[in-house]
Amino acid sequence: MTDIKDQMLLDRLAAAAREGKISRRSFMHYAAAAGLTTTAATGLWTGAAKAQPAKGGTFRLGMHDGNTSDTHDPGTYVTFSMIQVAHTYRSYLTLIEPDGSLGPDLASEWSASPDAKEWTFKINDNATFHSGNKVTANDVIASMNHHRGEETTSAAKALLADVEELIDNGDNSVTFVLASGNADLPWLMTDYHLAIVPANEDGTANWQSGDGSGPYKMEEAEFGVRYTLTRHDGWHLEGAYFDDLELIVLNDPNARQTALVTGDVDAVTQLELKTLALLQRDPNIEIDDVPSAAAITMPMLCDTAPFDNVDVRNALKLSLNRDELVEKIAFGAATKANDFHHSPAMPYFPEGIEQREYDPDQAKSLLQKAGAEGLTVNLSVADSVFSGAVDMCVLFAEHAKAAGITINVNREPNDGYYSDVWLKKPWCVVQWGARPTPDVMYSLAYKSDAAWNESRWQNERFNELLLQAKAELDDTKRAEMYREMAILAKDDGGTIIPFFPNFVYARRKNVQHGENLAPSWQMDGARACSRWWFADA
Amino acid sequence: MGDILTLVGKRLGLGLIILLVISLIIFFMVELLPGDIAQAVLGQSATPENLAALRREMGLDQPAIVRYLAWLSEAITLDFGSSIVTDARVTEIIGERFMNTLFLAAYAAVIAVPVSIILGVIVALLRNSIFDRVANVISLSFISSPEFFLGYILILYFAVKWGMFPAIASLSEGMTFLELLQRTFLPALTLVLVVMAHMMRMTRAAIINLLASPYIEMARLKGAPPWKVIVKHALPNAWAPIINVVALNLAYLITGVVLVEVVFVYPGIGQALVDAVSKRDFPVVQACCLIFAATFILLNLAADVGAILTNPRLRHPK
Repeated sequence: MTDIKDQMLLDRLAAAAREGKISRRSFMHYAAAAGLTTTAATGLWTGAAKAQPAKGGTFRLGMHDGNTSDTHDPGTYVTFSMIQVAHTYRSYLTLIEPDGSLGPDLASEWSASPDAKEWTFKINDNATFHSGNKVTANDVIASMNHHRGEETTSAAKALLADVEELIDNGDNSVTFVLASGNADLPWLMTDYHLAIVPANEDGTANWQSGDGSGPYKMEEAEFGVRYTLTRHDGWHLEGAYFDDLELIVLNDPNARQTALVTGDVDAVTQLELKTLALLQRDPNIEIDDVPSAAAITMPMLCDTAPFDNVDVRNALKLSLNRDELVEKIAFGAATKANDFHHSPAMPYFPEGIEQREYDPDQAKSLLQKAGAEGLTVNLSVADSVFSGAVDMCVLFAEHAKAAGITINVNREPNDGYYSDVWLKKPWCVVQWGARPTPDVMYSLAYKSDAAWNESRWQNERFNELLLQAKAELDDTKRAEMYREMAILAKDDGGTIIPFFPNFVYARRKNVQHGENLAPSWQMDGARACSRWWFADA
Repeated sequence: MGDILTLVGKRLGLGLIILLVISLIIFFMVELLPGDIAQAVLGQSATPENLAALRREMGLDQPAIVRYLAWLSEAITLDFGSSIVTDARVTEIIGERFMNTLFLAAYAAVIAVPVSIILGVIVALLRNSIFDRVANVISLSFISSPEFFLGYILILYFAVKWGMFPAIASLSEGMTFLELLQRTFLPALTLVLVVMAHMMRMTRAAIINLLASPYIEMARLKGAPPWKVIVKHALPNAWAPIINVVALNLAYLITGVVLVEVVFVYPGIGQALVDAVSKRDFPVVQACCLIFAATFILLNLAADVGAILTNPRLRHPK
């Protein structure tokens, strides 16, 4: 049996687990240290420690990035706050579970033809819109067609470009016929634009009414200001513990944090990393720091001198001290990257690829080989890319001096950065949102003919593997291909990736969540409202 | 009286011309901003086909001057059209927000104007005393600090440390008037602190200026107490400059509150303007700016009329 000291440790562990401060893995680790068998520890975790979700209360969430011009149109969802809101009142075919795997939302099951060209989604029979109507295959087809065709203004058009036909099978299931095999289609369905809305009689999507089949029903939407919602009692999934939601747009980081400290809201998105250490001291606040699939990239145009030489590219990749950037620019809230755009928060992550470290000496010899000693390059950046972007470049320039490289940091205007600088200037800094799978990311920004091939990198083997992997339904084979692609991107690619920023958000202590937090968006994959609960409800 | 009406008529006419010029300037300023509305709406994830489709839908393929004239022909009938981005009526988007801004401005003015004029009179009375100096130093330091800084300081003490007032002034339906006053107290107080110094110091200076006049000496000689000399004899003649400064500050309360709105998350017109500029949503930008411009023009006019009405010499010119 355990002695008194161990018993105290266990009590503390149990309290930590109740408050959601400790993951299951560390819980088991410490419980074993306190002399508990695994079975006993599991019992303690699921029984005493892990509080059951309780129903009730009004959850007030302060969100960043809201604009008065936001609308109900899923095709033009663009602000972060609207993405949060979308996941409360609307549903998608599939969703990303807290552990990062793919799970069912409106589609209860799905299957593919062997060539991955035809995907059939069976719609959950219990799913209803807030208006009371059942969600049908017809609604799904109308919602998808909203993003297809010549006239669409949807930002998700490219995502569905491969869809040739949508078939209503008559048994409450929809078949997607694709031009080429895509093993990732079910993952794509989690994209925030692809919300399912009711169909009009003429087959167009009725997004204007704000009706949806999500866990909460929109009561009042004041775009860019606040949204009030109540629980949709007939929701087809587990969860939705809060009775009501109040989603408030708090664009100013200081206002957000103050509102959380004073208890005007129960949780907030996006903390200011500079003040993280101060906020941590508040005993009433819990901070969630979740590794994500978002990324900071620094694409170099591979068809433009001096970046057309792979040795120059690799010399620059060797000339930045990633550890220092993570520590000083991201204040520790980031995951070190390795020059391939595949974050550990994505599926099929290739373990064990050697980490590229800061090595100015090797960079120097590579430059010598390329005949480019004393290289001088311009790096374009703007403040708006992410908080600390300019500082990061200045710090990088300091690191690169040791390799004899001069980096001139060119500060560009925030306005129009993505239209005038990105894809145009030979070297710049970009922030990418999280994408669900490596295929989506690589097809979007690394495929040789992609509109956003931001480094204009052309690698035959990489592109061949990309197409093969896309249609490969065997997970092991797929993982191997992504591994080879990662190595190619790392050693030949034109993109420096310093780090993957973590999602950092916070909640009052009485707000509880499950063991894991989904890595796809902030606030538990933007589903905190239906997954979290009040401990004291 | 007739003279005043002619003056008001003339000034209103001039005001309309000014508004027209301003609308032109705003239109071409928005045109000059890098990137366009389609790009702003679709964000980083826009493809060229998307952009083209959206531009067609929004009518952005027309030349700038055609779009301006189309807007103008509507605006003349006081119809500001619809937002290009959301298709909602401009009046709907900014109507309620403008009322919020007016409410906050009125709240701040109701406190700031009487307090600063009374303080101004008192410091004129006690000029060069310790009280005068302290009041001056304090009010000057408030006006010298940026509003967001004042706002944060107030939040730190009144909301975080003492918990007396909420840190965010978000409004919801069904609030009682008292709740509303309590919710919006901190932003109103910030504005009060920002505009007080101007009005107080102008009152003081205007009164002190007059104290050397012979008729004030006369009042003193006949034995009137100092407060009576100032309130009854000096103040009536000092109204003109005071009214001018008050009007300018009132205009500022309406047009200059973007920072305060951001800090306190108050849904006013300033935030709507910033949002609209970032989206290049021209009709909304135009409507907001014209409201601001009209506020300035009308308040200036009111100040001039007020100055004439309080001055018998101007009221009855020879």
